[in-house]
This record gives sequence, structure tokens and C-alpha cells, in this order.
Amino acid sequence: MIATDLESKAHSQHFRTRKIDFGSFFLSGLTGLATLLILAILAVILGNIIINGWPNLTWHFVSTIPKKDFFDPDTTGVLPMIIGTTIRVFVMTIFVLPIGVITAIYLTEYAPSGSWLTRIIRAAVNNLAGVPSIVFGLFGLGFFINFIGRNMDQLMQNPGPVWGQPAVLWASLTLAVMTMPVVIVATEESLKAIPMGLREASLALGATKLETIIRIVLPQALPGIMTGGILAVSRAAGEVAPILFTGVAYYMASLPGKLSDQFMDLSYHVFVLSTQSPDIEKTRPILYATVLVLLLLTFALNFVAVLIRARVRKKLRALG
Amino acid sequence: MAEIVLPKLEVTAQTPLAAGAGPPLIEISNLSLSYGKARALKEISLNIRERIVTAFIGPSGCGKSTLLRCLNRMNDLIDGVRIEGTTKIGGHDIYAPDVDVIELRKRVGMVFQKSNPFPKSIYDNVAYGLKLQGVKSKSELDAAVEQSLNGAALWDEVKDRLHSSALGLSGGQQQRLCIARAIAVKPEIILMDEPASALDPIATSRVEDLILELRKDFTIVIVTHNMQQATRISDETAFFYMGELIESGPTQKIFTMPKQKRTEDYVTGRFG
Repeated sequence: MIATDLESKAHSQHFRTRKIDFGSFFLSGLTGLATLLILAILAVILGNIIINGWPNLTWHFVSTIPKKDFFDPDTTGVLPMIIGTTIRVFVMTIFVLPIGVITAIYLTEYAPSGSWLTRIIRAAVNNLAGVPSIVFGLFGLGFFINFIGRNMDQLMQNPGPVWGQPAVLWASLTLAVMTMPVVIVATEESLKAIPMGLREASLALGATKLETIIRIVLPQALPGIMTGGILAVSRAAGEVAPILFTGVAYYMASLPGKLSDQFMDLSYHVFVLSTQSPDIEKTRPILYATVLVLLLLTFALNFVAVLIRARVRKKLRALG
Repeated sequence: MAEIVLPKLEVTAQTPLAAGAGPPLIEISNLSLSYGKARALKEISLNIRERIVTAFIGPSGCGKSTLLRCLNRMNDLIDGVRIEGTTKIGGHDIYAPDVDVIELRKRVGMVFQKSNPFPKSIYDNVAYGLKLQGVKSKSELDAAVEQSLNGAALWDEVKDRLHSSALGLSGGQQQRLCIARAIAVKPEIILMDEPASALDPIATSRVEDLILELRKDFTIVIVTHNMQQATRISDETAFFYMGELIESGPTQKIFTMPKQKRTEDYVTGRFG
């Protein structure tokens, strides 16, 4: 009885006739358009800069230290700006990576989870990420230069201000404070991703917590930590506000030689060229070229970091 | 950093394998453990003899793994754990304030449920514990690695690729590598937390053969869900239920004529 019932049902019932699903059609069209729009914006920005900047990007331009009038397209160059930006990003990385990584290690490996102190530190890190960059600039001026720098001068009994004035060191430290949350969060995520089983295996063999972190946890977390570093470099390279009061110079005749020197900077130079020029039409070609150099330098700094990370990953994969 | 002094074990030609022989090496008395307000272990008293295999059996959540982790103080890693009662190994309280946990864990090795080789080479996995102890001489490390891999019945399979990644091994090989890693530091006791539960039958039987072999040199405490496994490899069995030790004794006795009704129900598969 049952068998015949099923048979007759199978014969009588057909699949519903296919209808066009307008909802899906509309939504896929919409998402596609949104993606295209973003691509278009990027293409316009990059295209504009490359088309207008490329013809003016000469070897002379990137290798020349400009004379006093750097608005003259024929004689000017951006070598000191390239060097200044590179130095401040490197010095920042030297400070932000160790401090950020150690903080992240404390938060994930040592701090009792859920204690009020841990929660306060986490909240502080998250809030730090939301502070406008000009505020970091003012903080750098008030804390690093006026407080630490001046006290250093007093202690060293310098006749004039050496550290109590804008300098590469203070600009880099200000940037380090600004990018700290990026490094902390990236490191924390990569530490959390390491299986508990590996830590337990190490501890069960008689390793101390520190030995476990150094020998097992950190090597595994290295690519993730470097991702944090890359993000920090990307953000810092283009920032102007944090260095405005803490180290950047409008014009310097010579390259910075010490950490207490001021420096010229690409991003700031873009601002100067576009706002301070006596003849904006005449300056426009070098403005485009400078922006292009800034973009290329940011890409280059990122590229170096990505290459190093790829090598670390490959090494880890060969082992693991 | 006071050391706990464990008695030197004399290796005799005829190590007694039968249950009930030899003095207790681990003495657990009135051990209770709670996570916050939840009590996971309730006043457990149990003696474990040296150089036999003792199996902990019981349904999931009965506390057998928790008790196992008390023996090398792995529970210390969990926030909010409170432990009462005493646990002695070789007559010394391992929870005494002057005990160096690191030293304890060198003497009480552990093999985990999920094989967890380090993402390093096979060689570096086995040498890890020794390097921690400061062994630097290459010949010494080479010899220890070979001996441990032999001891874990893995040497023939991996001797040609010692320096390739441990993660390239099969599940069963990885678990035997973890056993090799544990015995490399020459512990006196090896704790095994369901070491074969993630393995196929062939790999399981190899691990079981290995455990029977290791019994000659080590005191083994194993947690298992597999009743047949307990009968095949253990000399003594302890049955846990809801955080309590219901019954313990020679494995044969537990499985053929248990004293408690609950034990009988469990070993005959009527609940669990």
C-alpha cells in the first residue's frame, strides 16, 4: 500500500517552474556596482597622480638636496624628504615593535583574564586607537619635548636646548605611541591563534612559561606580529599631524645626522608645496611628482616588510 | 627551587608486572578539586603502584582527566582552581609550597589526547626537553633522540627524515613521536590522557603495544574511554563517576567481578 502511494505521488508531483529571482539579481548587481565604484575611485586617484607625476619624476628630482627656494621646478629635489620619512618610520618601528609585542604577550599570556586591570589596559589600548592624530602631535610636544627633552637638557647641563626641541627621535616616538594599538592587537590575535596544546606540551616537558613563550609561541606568532608591523608602517608613513610639532622642519639645508636633529618629510612637503607656493601653477608638476614619490616610498617600505614576512613564513612552513 | 627527591628506582631483571606487586609510588589522599564553585573531584584516595599500567575509566566529565592533570600539576594553569588534600609521589607532597613544578614535570611526563608535536623537525621535537635541561653536546642529543624514537617504536619509520617536519607524519606516528618526546627526558611516570582516542585501529594497536613495552621502565597512568583498551593494557583500573572514585583494583577484578553496582553497569555497557 505505502509503496504504491509513494509511486503515484512521485508521478503526479513536478518541480515548480523556474522563476527569475529578482531579489538575488538586484543584490548581486548592487554589490558588483559597489565594488566597481571602489576600483574606479582608486584608479582615478592613482591614475591622476601617475599621469601627472611620472613625467616630472627624474633622477635629478629624487637625488637632489634643494636650495632655499624649493618651489623652483628646475632646481628642486626631494632627497632629504625621502631620507627623513624613511628614518622616522624606521626609528618608530624599532620602538613600537618590542613595546607592542611585550604588551601583547603580557595581555595574552600573563594577565589574569577578566581581572579589572586587564580590562582597563584593553580599554586603554582600544581608546588609544581612536584618538585623532593631531592629539598625538600635541601629546608628543607636551610630553616628549617639553617634559622629557627639557629635563634631559637640564640633567646634561646643555647650554641651549638639544633635546628640548623638535627632533627625529620625538617625532618617531610620537608615531610609535600612535601605532602601538595596531601592533598590540595584531600580536594578540596571532598569539591567541596558537593552540593551547602546544603550550601544554612544552610545559609538560618541564619548560618554564618564559621558555615556552620564547621557543614555541613567539616563533609561531612571528608572521602575525610582522603583519602588525606592516600596518603600523603603512599608517605612520603618510601621517603629518603627529610630526607637525615634534620634529618636522619646513626647510633644512643639510640632512639630519643625529636623533636630536629635525628633518624634512615627504608628507609635510606635499602640504608645504600645495599651500605655501608663491606660484601654484608653476609648482604643480613637482607637487604631483612629490606625491608620487610618497606613494612609491610607502609601497616600498611595505614591500620590504612583506618580503621579510614571506621569508619567515616559508622558513616556518619548511619546519612546520 | 627545592627539588623533590624521588626514590631511585632499581631496575631488576624481573620487574613484577602483576597487579598488587611493588610499593605505591603515587599516593592520593582526600583529594578534592573545584573550579570556582563547581567541584570536579570529591575526596579521592587512591594508591598507584610503580611500573604497572593503571587505567582511569568512567563516563565523560567524571573527573578522570582532571585527576590525571593533578599528578603533574597541569591544573595550575587554569585560573580559579582550588585543590585540597594531599598527593604524594615517592613520599613527597607535590603540592608542598617548596616544590619546584618544573622539576616535577620533568619527572612526570605527559602524553595528550590530541597529538601535539611542535611545528619543528622530528629531531627537534624529541630533543626539546633535553635542550631545555641544557644538554648541548650533539652526540649526546643524537644518542638520546635515537634511543627515544626506538623506545617509541618510531625509529625505523623516521630515521631517514629526522630533520623534516614532524607535522608531515601520520596521526599515529605523531602520537608516538609525542611519546618519544616524553620519554626522552627520562621521566619516572608517564601520564596519558586518552592517547589513542583519535587514532585508527591499526595505529591504536601500535600505541597499545608500545604502552605494554614501556611498562617495563615507566609507571604509566592512562585515561581511556575504551573499555577493551583498559582490559588489554592495564594492570589496575580505577572507575570514576561524577567526580568520585567508585572502585579501584586489579583490572581483571574490576571487569569480571566488580563490588559496586555502578561499576558493573558501566563496564558491561549499561550506561556511560
